[in-house]
Amino acid sequence: MSEPIVSVRNLVVEFPLRRGLFTAVNGVSFDIMPGEILGVVGESGAGKSMTGSAIIGLIDRPGRIASGEVYLSGQRIDNLPPDEMAKLRGKRIGMVFQDPLTSLNPLYTIGEQLIETIRRHLPMNEAQARQRAIDLLAEAGIPSPETRIDSYPHQFSGGMRQRVVIALALSAEPDLIIADEPTSALDVSVQAQIIRVLKQLCESRGAAVMLVTHDMGVIAETATRMIVMNKGKIVETGSVGDIIKRPQEEYTINLINSIPSIKDETRRHDVPPAATPLVQVKNLTRDFDLSPGMLDRMLKGSKRTVVKAVQDVSFNIRKGSTYGLVGESGSGKSTCARMLVGLIKPTNGQVLLEGDDIWAGGSGTQQRRQRVQMIFQDPYASLNPRWRVGDIIAEPMRALKLVANKREAEERVADLLEKVRLDPISMRKFPHEFSGGQRQRIAIARALSSQPEFIVCDEPTSALDVSVQAQVLDLMRSLQDEYGLTYLLISHNLAVVRQMADDVGVMSKGVLVEQGQVDDIFDNPQAEYTQMLLNAVPDISKVN
Amino acid sequence: MTTQPNLAPPAAAKPRSRLYRMWDSDIFFSFRRSPVTIVAAIVAVLLIGAALLAPWIAPYNPFDPSSLNLMDGFTPPNSQSMMGNYFLMGSDHQGRDVFSTILYGSRVSLFVGVLATAFAMLIGISLGLTAGYVGGKTDAVIMRVADIQLSFPAILIALLIFGIARGIIPPSKQENMALWVLIIAIGLSNWAQFARTVRGATMVERQKDYVSAARIMGVHPLFILVRHVLPNVMAPVLVIATIGLALAIIEEATLSFLGVGVPPTQPSLGTLIRIGQQFLFSGEWWILFFPAITLILLALAVNLLGDWLRDALNPRLR
Amino acid sequence: MLAFILRRLAQSIVVMGVVALISFMLFRYVGDPVASLLGQDSRLEDFEDLRQRLGLNDPFYVQFGRFVGNALQGEFGISYRLQTPVTELIMSRLPATIELAFASALIALVFGLSLGVFTALKPRSFLTGVVMTLSLVGVSLPTFLIGIGLIYVFAVELQWLPSFGRGQVVDLGWWKTGLLTESGLRSLILPAITLSLFQLTLIMRLVRAEMLEVLRQDYIKFARARGLSNRAINFGHALKNTMVPVITITGLQLGSVIAFSIVTETVFQWPGVGSLFINSVQVVDVPVMAAYLMFIAFVFVVINLIVDILYYAVDPRLRINASGSGK
Repeated sequence: MSEPIVSVRNLVVEFPLRRGLFTAVNGVSFDIMPGEILGVVGESGAGKSMTGSAIIGLIDRPGRIASGEVYLSGQRIDNLPPDEMAKLRGKRIGMVFQDPLTSLNPLYTIGEQLIETIRRHLPMNEAQARQRAIDLLAEAGIPSPETRIDSYPHQFSGGMRQRVVIALALSAEPDLIIADEPTSALDVSVQAQIIRVLKQLCESRGAAVMLVTHDMGVIAETATRMIVMNKGKIVETGSVGDIIKRPQEEYTINLINSIPSIKDETRRHDVPPAATPLVQVKNLTRDFDLSPGMLDRMLKGSKRTVVKAVQDVSFNIRKGSTYGLVGESGSGKSTCARMLVGLIKPTNGQVLLEGDDIWAGGSGTQQRRQRVQMIFQDPYASLNPRWRVGDIIAEPMRALKLVANKREAEERVADLLEKVRLDPISMRKFPHEFSGGQRQRIAIARALSSQPEFIVCDEPTSALDVSVQAQVLDLMRSLQDEYGLTYLLISHNLAVVRQMADDVGVMSKGVLVEQGQVDDIFDNPQAEYTQMLLNAVPDISKVN
Repeated sequence: MTTQPNLAPPAAAKPRSRLYRMWDSDIFFSFRRSPVTIVAAIVAVLLIGAALLAPWIAPYNPFDPSSLNLMDGFTPPNSQSMMGNYFLMGSDHQGRDVFSTILYGSRVSLFVGVLATAFAMLIGISLGLTAGYVGGKTDAVIMRVADIQLSFPAILIALLIFGIARGIIPPSKQENMALWVLIIAIGLSNWAQFARTVRGATMVERQKDYVSAARIMGVHPLFILVRHVLPNVMAPVLVIATIGLALAIIEEATLSFLGVGVPPTQPSLGTLIRIGQQFLFSGEWWILFFPAITLILLALAVNLLGDWLRDALNPRLR
Repeated sequence: MLAFILRRLAQSIVVMGVVALISFMLFRYVGDPVASLLGQDSRLEDFEDLRQRLGLNDPFYVQFGRFVGNALQGEFGISYRLQTPVTELIMSRLPATIELAFASALIALVFGLSLGVFTALKPRSFLTGVVMTLSLVGVSLPTFLIGIGLIYVFAVELQWLPSFGRGQVVDLGWWKTGLLTESGLRSLILPAITLSLFQLTLIMRLVRAEMLEVLRQDYIKFARARGLSNRAINFGHALKNTMVPVITITGLQLGSVIAFSIVTETVFQWPGVGSLFINSVQVVDVPVMAAYLMFIAFVFVVINLIVDILYYAVDPRLRINASGSGK
C-alpha cells in the first residue's frame, strides 16, 4: 500500500463568534491515496467546505485550525509559515471553486492568468509557459486554444470558464486537487462534461481529488470512496457503492432515503386522465427587447435584438394534478411561470383559468388574484424581513379583503401555521428567526391563505438541503390531497419532478420540446433533448 | 465556495422584553464594544442637549441689546470683566458672552442642519424609490440629474441657489426668509446621495420575491413601495442621513463663514467663527477658538456615529 | 470605441445644454439686467431703449439661442459689479485657480491613493487605525477652519509661509504663473494643502472601501489558491480591479477641486475665479454667476469624458462584447 497524498488527523476548525465558539470542523480524520477521488458529501453547515479550505490553508477570518494535523505526502503542512504555505498552493495542492463566473479576474486574459500561475511554479520562460497554457486549455477541452488564450473571461460561457479554472488549478501538476462544488453553478448538461474533464485530467496526471459537494448524484458518478459529514463530524466513510446501497448510520440512511432519483416510480395518483383542465395555456409567447440604444443602432448598424424567451407554448393542467415543467437555465420555464401568475405580460397567447383569460383584465384579473398563488425559490427573499410572520401570511387575505377583522385574520393564520406544521406562536416572530425549510413552509402558508386552487411553484426546494427538501415536498403533497390543489411545478431537478408530477413538459430555449405523462417521458423519452438531459443528469441510481 | 456558518438562533428561545432584545442585538453589541463610539454618542448628546436647552442654561442672553455692555468686550476666558461679569469662555468685541453665543449658535446650526438633511432625505428617498421601482426612462433621467448634482460640490449648488433666491426675493423679506433659503439650498445640494442609495437598494428589493408575491395579490404599487420596499432600504439611508447631518452642519457653517448664510441677527457657529477670525491675529483667540472647537466636536461626533452605524449595519466590512 | 465616445459626447452636449438653460434663466430672470446696468435714476425711455437693444423683448427661444451663440464664442456679457466683460474677468483670474487646483489635485491623488491602498492591505495595523481616525477628523473639519488653522500656525506663529495672496507672479503673456518664483511657490503651499485635504480623505476612504471589496472577491481567493505571491495578488490583481470603480469617482472629485476652491480662495485671499464668484453671489452679479456655472459645467464634462475613456481602456468588458463565445 502506498503512502497517502493527504492525511488529515483530528482536524478541528473553530470560529470565535460573539455568542461563543462555533466549531465548524470537529475532529475530522481521513486519508486520500494517490489517484483517488474522494467524495465529501454533506448538507449545508456540515463543515465539508471548511475542511477543504483548512487543507489548503485558506480559512476565512476569524476561523482558525484549533487542533489536529494535516500531512501532505508525509510532511506536516498545517503549521507552515504563511509564505511556505503560499508556495505549496497551486504547486502541490490545486483548488477549483464553485462559481466559474467569479473565479477568474475579469481584467486579465485567461492566457495572462495561466502564464502568471505557470511561471510562478515552474522554471519556464514566457514562450514556454504560453505553449504549456495552450496545451492545458486543449486538454481541458477548449476549442482552438491558440486563439482563445487571448480572450477575456467574459467572452467564455460558464462551462468553458470552469474548464479554464480546472486548467489553472492543474497548471503546475499538483498532487491534490480540492474541488469545492465544482459543478453546482452549472446546468445539468454542462455539469456532466465538467465532471468528465476533471476526472480525465486528474487520472492522466495521477492527481488525487477531494470532491466536496452536496450532490450525491455527482459523487455517485465520480468518486471511488466517500465520507459523509454532518455538523462538523464524519458520520460514515466507505466506498461509494457501499454507502449509497447499504448505508449503516441512521443519519446516512435518512439522507439517502430523502434523495429523489429519476428512476423512482411515480406515486399513484387518482386523477382521471380525462379530467377537465383547470388551466389552459395557449400559444404563449414572450419576447424581450434587448436592443442597444438608438445611437448605437445608428452608429454601429446593430439591429434590434429580440430574445424569444418563450415561443408558442401550449399545455393543459388537469384539475387536482401536478404539472412539472423542467429545463435548464434560460429555457424560459420561469418566464412561463411568471406569465401564469400575472407578473409578466405575454407578448402573445392566452392563459385560461377555467375558460377566463387571466390577462383580459376585469373579471379575469380578479379571478387570477384570488385563485392563483405562487411559491418561490429563495425562502430568504420571498418573505419581507421587516414583517412579522402573522402579517406576511395574512397579506393575501387583507389584499383581497377576504377577512372582516383582525381577530378573524389571526385565527386563520394560526390555522394555516398548524397546517404547515409550525407552532401558531410563530406568527409573532420575524422571518430571520426561522431556518430555510421553516421559511419555505411560511411561504406555503401565505400561498394558501387566499384559498387558491392553483399554485405555481418555481423551484420550491432548490435552495434547500435534501432532507429539508423531502419534508417540504411531502407537505406539498399532503396539502394537495387535502385541498384538491393543482400545482405547476417548475424545476431543473428532474428527480424532484419525477417524484411529484403527474404530467411533465420539457422546455429548451423557449420551446416546449416534449410533454406527456411523467412515466412515459422519463422511461421512454422521444425528443433528443430530453434523452440528452436524462443521460447527463448525475443521479444516485447511476452508482457503479 | 465556503459557506459561512449559518447560526440561526434556536427558534424556541425564551421570549424577552423588547428592550432587552434591542440591548442584546448585534448593533448594540458593537456599540458597547466601541469606546470611541460611546464617547462620540455622549459628546453628541451633550452638545445637542445644551443647544436645545440654550435659553435655560445660557448665563446671558447675547441677543438682548439691553444686557450688552461694550465695557464687557474682549474679556479673556475664565475671568471677570471690568463690569464684574464672569465669562467662562471670554467675551467678544460687543461684550457678548462667548459661551452663551455658542449655545444659541449651535441651536441655529443644528436647526438648519437637521431640517436641511430631512429635506434632502425627503427628496432623495422619493426620487430614489421612483427611479428604482419604475426604471426605464424615468430612472435614466433622475439618475442623470443626480449624477450631475453629485459631481458639483454641494457648496457651489447651495451658493447658486442662495444667489438666485437673493435675486428673486425682495430685499425687505430677505432677512426673514434667509434661514429657510439656507435650509432649502443645503437640502437641494445633498439629495442625490440619498437618491442613489435608495435607488440601488430599491432595484435589489423589487427583484425579490416578496415584492412579486405582493404583486400577484394585486397590492397597489404605492403600498408595495411604502410598506414593503421602504422599510428594507432604510438601513443605508440611516447611515447617509447621519453623515449627511455632519455635512449639512459643516456646509451651513461654511456658507455663514462666507457671509452668505444665516442673517447676522441669528448667528450660527459659522457666523461666530467669521466674527472671531477678525480678532484671531490680534490675540483675542478665544472668540474664534471656542465656536470652532464646538463645530468640530459636533461634526466629528456625528461622523463617528455614522461611521459606526455603517460598520454595524454592514457586518461584512468588519 | 468611436460609438462609445460619440455616445458620451452626445450626453455631454445634453448636459451642457441643460446647464446653459439654467445659466440663461439665471441671467435673464434673476434681477433685472436693465436696472442693474442703468442704475436707479435713469429715464423710462432709456430702459425701453436698452431693453430693445439687448433684445430682451425677443421671444424666449431667440434670446436663448443668442445666449448659447454668444457663449460658444466666449461672450458672457458685462459684469454688473465691475463693468468689465465677464470673459476678460474670468480669464485674468483663471491661472491662479488652475495652478491651485492642480497642485491640490496632485497632493490628494498621490496621498489618497497610497494611504487608501495601505489601509486596505493592512486593515489590522495600528497605523491604519491612526490614519482612519485622522481621516474622520479630516472630513469633520470644515475647509475654512483648516485654512485658518494653517495660517495661524505657519504664517502667524511660526512665520514660515505667507498668509495670503499669490506672491510674485511671472507674466508669460497669456498666463500669469506663480510657479516660477520662490514667493509664488511658498504662497501656494498652504492653500494647496487646505484645498486638498477634503478630497484626499474622500479618495483614501473610497480606495480603501473598494479595495477591501475586491479583496473579498472569489478571483482573489482563487489567485491565492493558485499560489500567487502576495505582491502579485495585491498589486497585480487587487489594485487593478480596484481602479475600475475608483477612476470614475476620483476623476470627478478632482474636477470638483476647481469649484471647491471657492472657500480656500476666500480664506487665503487667493485671486482666482472662486473668490470672484463668491463676491458676485453676494451682490447678485448675475452675468458672472452664469458664466462661472457654465465654466464649471465645462470642466465637469471634459473630465467626465477623460474618465470614460480611461475606464474604457482599463475594463475589457467594455471594449470587447461577449459575442464569439463558444459553447
